[in-house]
This record gives sequence, structure tokens and C-alpha cells, in this order.
Amino acid sequence: MKFTKVLPLAALTTLSLALTGCGESTPASSSASSGIQVPDLPAATEVGEGEGQVNIVAWAGFVEDGSTNPDADWVSAFEKETGCQVNRKVGATSDEMVQLMRTGEYDLVSASGDASLRLIAGGDVAPINTELVPNFGNVVEGLKGQVYDTLNGKSYGVPIGRGANVLMYNTEEVAEAPDSWAPTWEEDSAYKGAVMAYDSPIYIADAALYLMATQPELGITNPYALDQEQLAAAVELLKQQNGIVGEYWNDALKAVSSISSGTAQMGTGWQVIVNLAQADGGKVESVLPKEGATGWSDTWMISAKSKNPNCAYQWMDWASSPEVNAKIAQNFGMAPANSLACEGSTKNEEHCESFHATDEEYYKNVWMWTTPVEQCIDGRTDVTCTNYQEWTKAWTEVKG
Amino acid sequence: MAWLGVLYIGSLVLLFITAFWSTDPFTSKVIPGFTLENFREILTVPAYQQTALRTVGIALAVTALCALLALPLGLYMAKIASPRMRAVLAIGITLPLWAGYLVKVFSWRITFMTGGPLDWLLTPLGLNGPGYGTAALVVTLSYLWFPYMAVPVYAAFRQIPDNLFDASADLGAKGWTTVRTVALPLLKPAFIAGSIFTFSLSLGDYIAAQFVGGTTQVIGTVIASNINLNPPLAAAFATVPVVVVVAYLFLARKSGALQQL
Repeated sequence: MKFTKVLPLAALTTLSLALTGCGESTPASSSASSGIQVPDLPAATEVGEGEGQVNIVAWAGFVEDGSTNPDADWVSAFEKETGCQVNRKVGATSDEMVQLMRTGEYDLVSASGDASLRLIAGGDVAPINTELVPNFGNVVEGLKGQVYDTLNGKSYGVPIGRGANVLMYNTEEVAEAPDSWAPTWEEDSAYKGAVMAYDSPIYIADAALYLMATQPELGITNPYALDQEQLAAAVELLKQQNGIVGEYWNDALKAVSSISSGTAQMGTGWQVIVNLAQADGGKVESVLPKEGATGWSDTWMISAKSKNPNCAYQWMDWASSPEVNAKIAQNFGMAPANSLACEGSTKNEEHCESFHATDEEYYKNVWMWTTPVEQCIDGRTDVTCTNYQEWTKAWTEVKG
Repeated sequence: MAWLGVLYIGSLVLLFITAFWSTDPFTSKVIPGFTLENFREILTVPAYQQTALRTVGIALAVTALCALLALPLGLYMAKIASPRMRAVLAIGITLPLWAGYLVKVFSWRITFMTGGPLDWLLTPLGLNGPGYGTAALVVTLSYLWFPYMAVPVYAAFRQIPDNLFDASADLGAKGWTTVRTVALPLLKPAFIAGSIFTFSLSLGDYIAAQFVGGTTQVIGTVIASNINLNPPLAAAFATVPVVVVVAYLFLARKSGALQQL
């Protein structure tokens, strides 16, 4: 059971306690001073005349001008309407996006939860004046004020959409639809050598999630809040998994080719990979296993050094409008953030139905990517949790 | 000349300096300073040692495979083939150099795919392809760097006067004996020159490993995954191939092969 509402609050409280930086005056706060300091940056106060261009770092499929697929185009109309030329740079991973935003050359990023906290704490992104994004008001309930993009009551991100890291499987190789992650973890898996895993330290959370279901005695209540022992257990499980993994993927197109051809028979993936594979005639399906899953929720964030803030704000509002948000979500294969994107046409309704866009019950089982920090975001104060750097080192060890 | 020195050595020096810095554990921002922590990490954690050794092993295997293939090919091209056949082969060897790197790697990815061309060839023999992994990686890298070995070896073969082969035959040596006792000593510098390319290029590659390596972790992929999260650690680990290549070059220089380049 997950306290979707309580958790962010608890985490926020813990974080804000830590952020005040005075350990002695806060009762029972964690003694570990993490040194997290959120730079106090001003938000924009008004949207003025466009600067003529906007530079965006985004996941593949978020910013499309019809060049990849003629049917996917919501950039041309924006350019025509605002006079802002859109320059897109596709980021392959969250870590790369963080690095690109630090160069100061980009105005906007479509950050996932595992990147957003790092960007906020690093002073790379500025708070957002939500009044300047009229479409912000229609965000679905579950995406409001999440721990990974809201700090100290300030919003740092305009939600785009969310999705789960689903269990994909090749229907030709896998006879029966799986309902559990077990075959992707257990040593005696029938799919030994043909399991696909995600190549990033954040994948440690998937191991933790499986341990939550199979080894409750470890006491993991949130896959992003692991103390030393719990991390060690997750690493142990990942090392065991290394023996049955055929391939680690970090590139969606590579994943498509593996799962379609049956080189990988099952493994973690995104709905967009399943969609692409099916479009190519691949026999691929996906399920949300009974243990739940990790997931991601992406938001537009604006650079603290943005040279084109007006165009950036115009883009954020444009991309959050029901029509465009629906297009982005349907193109990528995720649940849209704007609840109105689920209305207006049968296609929109069906899409939201299949991605459980407004189904908070479904998302109770999905743990959104969050940057692991020393303050345990599950509310524990008697231990120090492991941070992302430790996860990164652990990940190198997993792959040996 | 001075500029070249600044560009080449300067960037290496900067890399080396960065290796002594640290990163903020939360924001993963680089903090200048001085710490030996990164070096302690790569020298004591088994995962880094295994990765370094594995990568050196792969680079040596690629070099050996290229050398083995370059010898008969060079012999045939230089001494046996008709001028026309020689031209065809020369073009054949250098042609892959014109293709894009990613295209070549991706075609090997398809080749090793389950049910792909290789499996299709081997299935009638009751065999299976090796799938993605170290073997596939060695084959792919050998293919990528083969021209760098084949061209110097062929050129060296051309320089061996034909009458040496005649003399060897007159003295009663069979074909293989002639190659072993006459040609190989004369070819040694060319092999070493070629091996510098195949060895150091394999040591630094990380894209092929991601495409056909399956779960294989090499120095390049560790650096690539840390470059965004922990640049100082990546820099520290990047000094490993630099040291290995410098040692390799030193050995090559002692053998006198570098005068051939």
C-alpha cells in the first residue's frame, strides 16, 4: 500500500527541514546534513515579446516537427503562431539531459523525476510562474505537486505526462502472458540469456521494488529510499540477474530491435517501444505485473540561464494545451498530464483508457523515478539513505 | 607544431587534473579540489579491475585475429594475385573505411541477432550463433579495424624481394617454412605498426560494446556511463587506457617498428 498523497508531503517536510540547514532547532530531523541547498531563483513575472527562437532538450518524440513522421507535427504551427523557431536536441538519458542543461545553451528540458531534483538543487532550473501557463490548471490529480518537481511550495515543472516501466515480452517466445517480474529476476528463469534490463543506475529501484514484494523482511517501503543494507540486497539481486540478462539497453530503438526479433524475450521497457515494435509488425505485448512497476513522470523545466524565456513560456503553455498534450502523449505512448487531453474525441478517450491517465488506482502501483538522496524519502529519520552517486558506483559493480 | 602540442597534451593534462576533483553526490556537479579517492576507487574496486583486464584482453584478441587474417591476405595480394585481382582486393579492404561507423556496427548487430543471418547459416550445421557478448564484440571490432592492420602488412610484403622466396625454395624450404623463417621476421615491424592501431582503437571503443556486447562492460562503456554522473571518476578511469597505450607504444618503439609508420 502506497500513500500517494502522504508520501510527497512527508518527503517535502523532510527535505524542507533539511533545507533550513539548522539541525539543532528541528526536532528529530535527520542528523545527516546533506548539504542540499536550493538556490533561491526568481520566477518570471510576465511573458513578453518572443525572442525568435527556443532551444529544447527533450526525449525522442516530445518535440516533433514532422521530419521523423509526417503525422507527428505540433512544432510547425507553434512556430507560425509565435514566431519562435524551435531547435530540438534529443537527450538519450536523464543523466545526459542534466549535463546538457548545465551547458546553459538550452532554455527548456523535458525532465524525468530522476533528473529534476538534481537540476533544481544544482540551480540549473528556475521556478515556474504557473500563472503564465494557463493550461497548468488542468493537470490530472496525481501529477500535482509531486516531490520530484516541487520544492518549498514552488513549482519547477509543467507536467507533460507519465508512464510505467512495463514488462514487455515477445509473444512468439513467451507462451503465456506473465503477471510477475519473477522471470526477469530469478536464476532459474525459463528465459535465461534472453532477458532485457535497463542500463542505468536508476534501474536499481526496479530490483528494490521486486524485493518489496518478495522479501518484506528487508523493510523497503520506497524503492528510492534504500539504506546501505537494502542497497546491498538490491545489488545482490541485480548481480544474480546479470547471469540471465542477454542485454542491457539504454536506447529505445535498440530495445525495439531486440524485443521484436526475439533476441530479448522479455524485459523492462516503455510502452513507446511496444508501440514501435507493433507498428513494425513485431509480436510484442506489455503488462503491468502484480508487484507494480517503476515509472516516470516528465515535466518541462526552464533553465535558470534561459536566453529565450518568453518563447520558452509560450512553448510550455502550447505543449500543455489539450490538443498538443494529447498529440505528444499519443505519439510517445504515455498518459497525458492535461486531463482535457482525454476528452474531445474517441481517439483521445481510448488512449487515456489504455494508459490509465486518470486512473489514480493504477498509478498507486507505479513508483515514479526520483533522485535518491541521503534523506530517506520514505520518512525514516534513524538511518541515512544512499544517494545517487552510490547507486552509480553500485551499478558499475553490478555489470562487473 | 607548438599548437598541436598544446591541443594534444593540454587536453590530456586537463583530463588528468579533473581526475583529482570530486563531484557533489546530490547534484553531480564537479567540485575542483584534490582527492585521490577516484584513483583509490578504480584501483581497489574489483569491478573496475575486471573491466580493465577484460578490455585489454579483448583488444589483444582483436589484434591477434587481425594479424592472423592479414598474413595470408597480404601474402596472396603481394606475391600471388594478378595485378587486377590485387586492385580488386585493395579496394575491397579499404571500402569498409568509407562506410559510416554506426552503419557497420548496426549491420553486425543484425548479423548476430537471434534468427539473424548468422543463425540462418549455422542452423543447418546444428549450431547456433554466439549471440551478443564478448565473442560478437571481438568479431565486430576486428572487422572495424582490419584495414589498419592489412594495409601495412600488405605494403611490407610488397617490399620483400621475390628472389628471397626463390632462394628459400632452392634451399629446400616448403611454403610455410619460407613464410615463417624469411617473411615473418621482415614483417614484424609492419605487424607491430598495425597492432598499435587495432589495439588502441579497441581499447577506447564503447559504441560497439553497447550494440553487440550484450552485457559486456568495457572501459569505454564505464567512462561513457560516468561521464555525465561523475566526470572525475570517468577521468580517473580514462587514464587507464592512456597508461596501457603508452606502455604499448614504448614496447613498440623498442622493437623499432615506429620507423615504419
